[in-house]
Amino acid sequence: MRELVVISGKGGTGKTSIVASLAALAGRAVIVDCDVDAADLHLVLAPVMRRRQEFRSGRKAVIRQADCTGCGICLAECRSEAVRTTNHSGAGCKFHIDPFSCDGCGVCVQFCPEQAIDFPERVCGEWFISDTRFGPMVHARLAIAAENSGKLVSIVRREARIIAEERKSRWILVDGPPGIGCPVIASVTGASLVLVVTEPTLSAEHDMERVLKLARHFGIPCLVCVNKWEINPQMTDRVERKAELLGAAIAGRICYDRAVTTAMVHGATVEEFGGRAAEDIRQMWKEIERLAGSDSFTC
Amino acid sequence: MKIIVTSQGGSLESPVDPRFGRAAWFLIYDSETGQHQVIENTQSVDAPQGAGIKAAETVSRLGAEVVITGHCGPKAFHTLRAAGIRVVLAAEGTIASALDEFKAGRLKPSQSPDVEGHW
Amino acid sequence: MIIAVASGKGGTGKTTIAVNMAFCLPPPVMLLDCDVEEPNCAIFLKPVIRKAESCSLPAPVIDQAACNACGECSRICQYNAIVVLKQSALAFPELCHGCGGCSKICPTGAITEGERVIGVIEFGASRIMEFVQGRLDVGQPLSPPLIRAVKRHIAPEGVTIIDCPPGTSCPVITAVRGSDFVVLVTEPTPFGLHDLKLAVETMRTLGLHFGVVINRADVGDANAAQYCHYEQIPVLLELRDDRRVAVAYSKGQLVVEAVPELRPAFERLCRKIPDLWHLREANVAVGENGAAEHRRAWPI
Repeated sequence: MRELVVISGKGGTGKTSIVASLAALAGRAVIVDCDVDAADLHLVLAPVMRRRQEFRSGRKAVIRQADCTGCGICLAECRSEAVRTTNHSGAGCKFHIDPFSCDGCGVCVQFCPEQAIDFPERVCGEWFISDTRFGPMVHARLAIAAENSGKLVSIVRREARIIAEERKSRWILVDGPPGIGCPVIASVTGASLVLVVTEPTLSAEHDMERVLKLARHFGIPCLVCVNKWEINPQMTDRVERKAELLGAAIAGRICYDRAVTTAMVHGATVEEFGGRAAEDIRQMWKEIERLAGSDSFTC
Repeated sequence: MKIIVTSQGGSLESPVDPRFGRAAWFLIYDSETGQHQVIENTQSVDAPQGAGIKAAETVSRLGAEVVITGHCGPKAFHTLRAAGIRVVLAAEGTIASALDEFKAGRLKPSQSPDVEGHW
Repeated sequence: MIIAVASGKGGTGKTTIAVNMAFCLPPPVMLLDCDVEEPNCAIFLKPVIRKAESCSLPAPVIDQAACNACGECSRICQYNAIVVLKQSALAFPELCHGCGGCSKICPTGAITEGERVIGVIEFGASRIMEFVQGRLDVGQPLSPPLIRAVKRHIAPEGVTIIDCPPGTSCPVITAVRGSDFVVLVTEPTPFGLHDLKLAVETMRTLGLHFGVVINRADVGDANAAQYCHYEQIPVLLELRDDRRVAVAYSKGQLVVEAVPELRPAFERLCRKIPDLWHLREANVAVGENGAAEHRRAWPI
């Protein structure tokens, strides 16, 4: 069983569309959407939910207004700029905590002289185990302004691993998050390989470098594919050379094809819809399977 | 001496939990009396970060001199060593068999962590 | 005036809109690149950087001689960044969120605050605008403190444009809050619309004024435009899919320079925003064509 994590550094390079097609091609795969902040894979894979679980992480401070004396110690101690004045007419100055700024550090809770601050666990979202036409899917929805520590990403990956082991799946396919922060780290640690989907633009090249460094730091073999490559063939060559210099192998090139968007609009994967990009993705999948099977492939 | 083994269940016949930081249970075995007790690892199992560090603190407080587990990341390993605890890795099978392997000298303390940190 | 440019989905054109708007505005203008994990505005604005400052977070420093292993620091820490062993405390600065709890609670004063570098802030100028960007060091998990540090340099006068990270989680909230107006950039596809709805919910939860730009407006379907119409969200600009724009972007060129006939559209976008903002301040509803309608409280 192998776990392929598809990331991009820069958002919008076509990660999710590509993962959806790989799900159609892989056969006996467990599909995971780790882009928990703005999950989109379900829009194409149409999962039927079988199990739903609340996701709790961290805590938040809540000031009991009745017990607040307005001393302002919480305001003085808070480093997240989360303490706000409550506007009351005639009730004297009181404070409350803005839940979207509160980092859940607990300092105000500890130092409030009236012990007027509660510190409950925070519900940050939920995760799901579902069925799709290509196999089981584990996905999640992070609540707005929730912390994105990577914990929810780890939970969905762990659940996917359990399912893959039960079913003896050949592949776990992961749609990863953008950026290089905690959620990306949580999506790649322990993966068999990483595929970076990039574009022939300066922005994407810049972001690809940062995300390849991250994957190398974790010792994971990397593949790169340039999407929409004909927009700038010279840039494509340059991006591929840079990727190779950074120790990645080239998995393939995907052409710019409007069918990718049309497929999405129709709720189909590019593979099911057909076209030039679909053919390029098929070639790339063959190459991924070949590289994953070869012993000489390391980062 | 007190030996702590990471466990997936509450008895000596339970399988070893290969994780340290997010192990389900800690089985504390006293090699002098032969007695054992189990505690649930509630503090760390759900932590968004630093689970291994917290687990190391817990086993240190419990008076462990040796920890037997499957894998251990760098931060947890560093904490255990700072507490003077010997770390035995690659344990498999049941708690009872892991303890036997250790007593027989077939499982030995490691000099370094064997996995990267993760959530 | 502070205008944040955000989106739910990545890759919709936030940076394109941000840099081209900044370029079309009359001075004084400042651009803040708060997409600190992947800052890209500099590629298009090519600023001359005159100064760089490292950005640090506080991190605990333990004086072991003064430590009595009481364990209070470990108890208060929500991030498992400090633990107490038999006779000493052990800190892991990379997990520390810099809340100061441990140093405040230590009864013997054994913990002081040192610094840990998490990234860099660079200052410069591009053409006639001021430029500030934050860049998070690769491997650092926390971006909000760096984003807050960059925002401390918001110019007191003129317009500040903030390029935000994608999504709706912590870093985005930190980047958009306190803005006078948020421009949400989307694309007319199911992914774009799904994420736009999340972004709209976020802006409404934060009580921020916002409008939408639909990029590559002729690709995909009409659902995004319909959604904005139904929700009475002003559509500030619709840009057609244009290969010249894609090529210019790929080369790091400003759209309004590479494709000058698009400049008036960006100028119109810039003019629309202050009008909308002032109308809202006066508690007047604004229809999607920018005209004032009946008096109505701004929905939050």
